[in-house]
Amino acid sequence: MKTGTDSTTRTERSARTGAGAPAGKAERRDRSPKRYPRLTQPLVRDGKDAELRPATWEEALTVAADGFRRVRAESGPDAFGMFSCARATNEMNYVAQKFTRVVMGTNNVDSCNRTCHAPSVAGLTAALGSGGGTSSYAEVEETDLIVMWGSNARFAHPIFFHHVLKGIRNGARMYAVDPRRTSTAEWADSWLGPNVGTDIPLAHAVGREIIHAGLANRAFIERATEGYEAYAAEVEPWTPTAAEKVTGVPAEAIRELAHAYATAERAQLCWTLGITEHHNGTDNVRALINLALLTGHVGRHGSGLQPLRGQNNVQGGGDMGAIPNRLPGFQDILTPATREKFEAAWGTAIQPRYGLNLTDMFEAMESGALRAVYCIGENPAQSEADSEQAVERLRALDHLVVQDIFLTKTAELADVVLPATAAWCETDGTTTNSERRVQRVRKAVHPPGEAREDIDIICDLAGRLGHDWKFADAQAVWDELRSVSPDHAGMTYGRLEEHQGIQWPCPSEDRLEPTYLHGRLWADNGPDGPSPRAVFGPVKHDPPVDLTDEQYPLRLTTGRRLDSYNTGVQSGSYASPLRRGEYVELCPEDAERYGVTVGETVRVTSRRGSVTAPVWVDPGLRPGLAFMTMHFPDEVDTNQLTIEANCPIAGTAEFKASAIRVEKLAAPVAPESVRS
Amino acid sequence: MSAVPLQPPRRLVEFTLDGEPVRVPEGSTLLDACRAAGKDVPTLCQGDTLTPKNACRVCMVEVEGARTLAPACSRRAEAGMEVRTDSERARHSRKLVLELLASSTDLSTTPRAAEWIEEYGAEPGRFGEDAATVAEEPKVDNDLYVRDYDKCILCYKCVDACGEQWQNTFAIAVAGRGFDARISTEHDAPLTDSACVYCGNCIEVCPTGALSFKTEFDMREAGTWDEERQTETTTVCAYCGVGCNLTLHVQDNDIVKVSSPHDNPVTHGNLCIKGRFGYQHVQQH
Ligand code: SF4
Ligand code: SF4
Ligand code: FES
Repeated sequence: MKTGTDSTTRTERSARTGAGAPAGKAERRDRSPKRYPRLTQPLVRDGKDAELRPATWEEALTVAADGFRRVRAESGPDAFGMFSCARATNEMNYVAQKFTRVVMGTNNVDSCNRTCHAPSVAGLTAALGSGGGTSSYAEVEETDLIVMWGSNARFAHPIFFHHVLKGIRNGARMYAVDPRRTSTAEWADSWLGPNVGTDIPLAHAVGREIIHAGLANRAFIERATEGYEAYAAEVEPWTPTAAEKVTGVPAEAIRELAHAYATAERAQLCWTLGITEHHNGTDNVRALINLALLTGHVGRHGSGLQPLRGQNNVQGGGDMGAIPNRLPGFQDILTPATREKFEAAWGTAIQPRYGLNLTDMFEAMESGALRAVYCIGENPAQSEADSEQAVERLRALDHLVVQDIFLTKTAELADVVLPATAAWCETDGTTTNSERRVQRVRKAVHPPGEAREDIDIICDLAGRLGHDWKFADAQAVWDELRSVSPDHAGMTYGRLEEHQGIQWPCPSEDRLEPTYLHGRLWADNGPDGPSPRAVFGPVKHDPPVDLTDEQYPLRLTTGRRLDSYNTGVQSGSYASPLRRGEYVELCPEDAERYGVTVGETVRVTSRRGSVTAPVWVDPGLRPGLAFMTMHFPDEVDTNQLTIEANCPIAGTAEFKASAIRVEKLAAPVAPESVRS
Repeated sequence: MSAVPLQPPRRLVEFTLDGEPVRVPEGSTLLDACRAAGKDVPTLCQGDTLTPKNACRVCMVEVEGARTLAPACSRRAEAGMEVRTDSERARHSRKLVLELLASSTDLSTTPRAAEWIEEYGAEPGRFGEDAATVAEEPKVDNDLYVRDYDKCILCYKCVDACGEQWQNTFAIAVAGRGFDARISTEHDAPLTDSACVYCGNCIEVCPTGALSFKTEFDMREAGTWDEERQTETTTVCAYCGVGCNLTLHVQDNDIVKVSSPHDNPVTHGNLCIKGRFGYQHVQQH
């Protein structure tokens, strides 16, 4: 048993203080980002050029509803789009999608999981028939092998990593696959550092090696899967040596991972945004799932696939139908029987086609097809890749209603701003975590000023648009959802309380299902095998869209820091001793090559934009690789650099791979995007 | 073969507790049995999420036929044992332990300490005024939490929570020996220069209030901390998809402290910096 004490301590400290960085210590800047005060009253704008001004609820709701009514009358239901919130409760997401489908009559509803984990859902659904991670946190403690692929869980999902650490202390081996040698990698038995955007060649080489070493689980493949032959043909050219050339990972390390994964009795394959935030994110996910199908590491206790979700209710938002292609309970809109069930329950007609996803909606804003948006708790003006373009498109809307707890950059563009409650502590309801566990959210504090609960606001608007919805409380919403979603039918609030959350599926009030999904793949299903079978995805390597060249020689990748979160609107408010603001992080060799030192402000330029940022030196990076976060957009707007190259299947942007150059500034200047 | 054996189902063990027959699952401690039977045995260093360290000896019980008293928190129940929780010997031992602790440390924020001192007739005063082993100012070196080692009973729970039992960050350890032993960062550096990642999992387990939220510390200084007026509501963290359960301690509509249920399957009482301290954005009015 290893202790990991020294190395881990060292990394975590260097991640914070820069100990171990070359000479020239950063002077301590005051790094408290912009603090956002809570919104306490509605705001409206009298005409496009006017300023937002305080209004009564009555006035604000009337203006909001009138705008939606007008746009629908002029341009039809599909000119409306809903951005639902992956941080709000399941109940609010249920009501938001119902508003979209019943009140407005369109399927144009999506949430910001588009910008992180839609590929996981798309990939898992295509391969296994369900969009959820297949196993539970506790199973990580009882597995034999853990692969953390494109996931710095030590920082991004610290309490999930506690389960990983328990697993390691119980004897599991761990492999980390990540271009950066992160603090997660510090705990690994072996670290594989592929070039950014080469996960598919790496996964294919692992798969090929498993096949050629005779370690594929033939019985499982024959009984429970389809598409193996095409997959085997696709991976055949990816010998470990061929993959080494493309990925930069030594052939021997690829072989070792292949053998370790294939011969483990139980294995967990976990991934995060390093896999999904690519222009071909869904293909990346499929490439990983293929490995589980090849070895039978899915559908059993301790063997499974775990995508770790970035936001607290990314899973639940999709489960509730706040996505353009699924009705509540993740039921496909294209299935006539499903539509009929909902049409009967809701007394409305549901369009028999998929709506626009977030990416499509942004494009439809540009073409003028999408004219009104109801944006609840989202900040796309800052969180979208290529944020300048996102702002222009939002400005082009006829009618933008933003419902949030802060006056975000997006809210500043709105025609109507509605002050809402912080779901996690000012409302009742549920959220669903990365292990599909539905848990109770409870109101602990009263919201400030005139702020109101999301569900109340939506219902009030629905009333003004002719739909008189009465939900006594969140539980009433939940019970309606349970009546239409078989996966949630058995989860009463009482049972959720009793069991400290229940994982879906939970079709019955009388029992709990196994904690892992897809047990059918191992059950005795007779001669036809399980239904549906698991499907291999013969995906192809497709390098990052934004190529590095002489002008833009550095590969910029992005990620999260331990104490901060997304655009920093929430996390900027507490006095984290770890926070040190935004830096462009380089490896020691590159810092030397460009003649820059820690703390020195440099210009960072991509093919789309340019920002200035101070330098940080991280020995966990390697030559040619730079790192930044999105946490301090008011100070350094990293999304000016990122590319809007989207995954055609899931619509996720390629945040993880931009090409940049770093230039010395003649005289030191303050970062230009700093606000006073 | 698998390297990690799964737990077999547990059998029941039968023994006698204060004259009554009891049955507990195999592997249970005497403390588990006492609690199941509704008996109130004082504990300090025992933590429901930690492996027992037997450091405080306040939980001693008498096992028939044994020469020495046994710590209830770590002694496993065995079939046929005869255990007494309130024998004269056990009560005397607890009294002595409480007198030693209360004379050398500040137990003013240790829940139930005053009650136990009274219950066991302990007289901490009889060791004189200068029995205190530490006399130093509380360490306020960051905005999130405070270390007040005058209140530390050296139970090691924070070291275990920071170390290999949970957080695996190893920011704090025991420095020195004997009477000089104390909990400290490496080289006694301020937290801001240590390996600390501010998860606060040490605060969660500290039984004496030696480690506390800065909010609680400041409110106590100002005389406004009032647990009677506080509500505790368990909800779910809004920062990432792990879904940690947070118990929000609220006084006058302000969140003043965050803990997590120790029996929660997601957290086991642990949180990261965002879940533990990142709540302030909702209270910026
Ligand atoms: S600081 Fe608290 S948890 Fe740590 S040893 Fe002292 S009393 Fe125990
Ligand atoms: S406490 Fe940390 S790990 Fe847990 S949900 Fe919150 S942010 Fe995620
Ligand atoms: S509680 Fe048992 S020895 Fe401290």
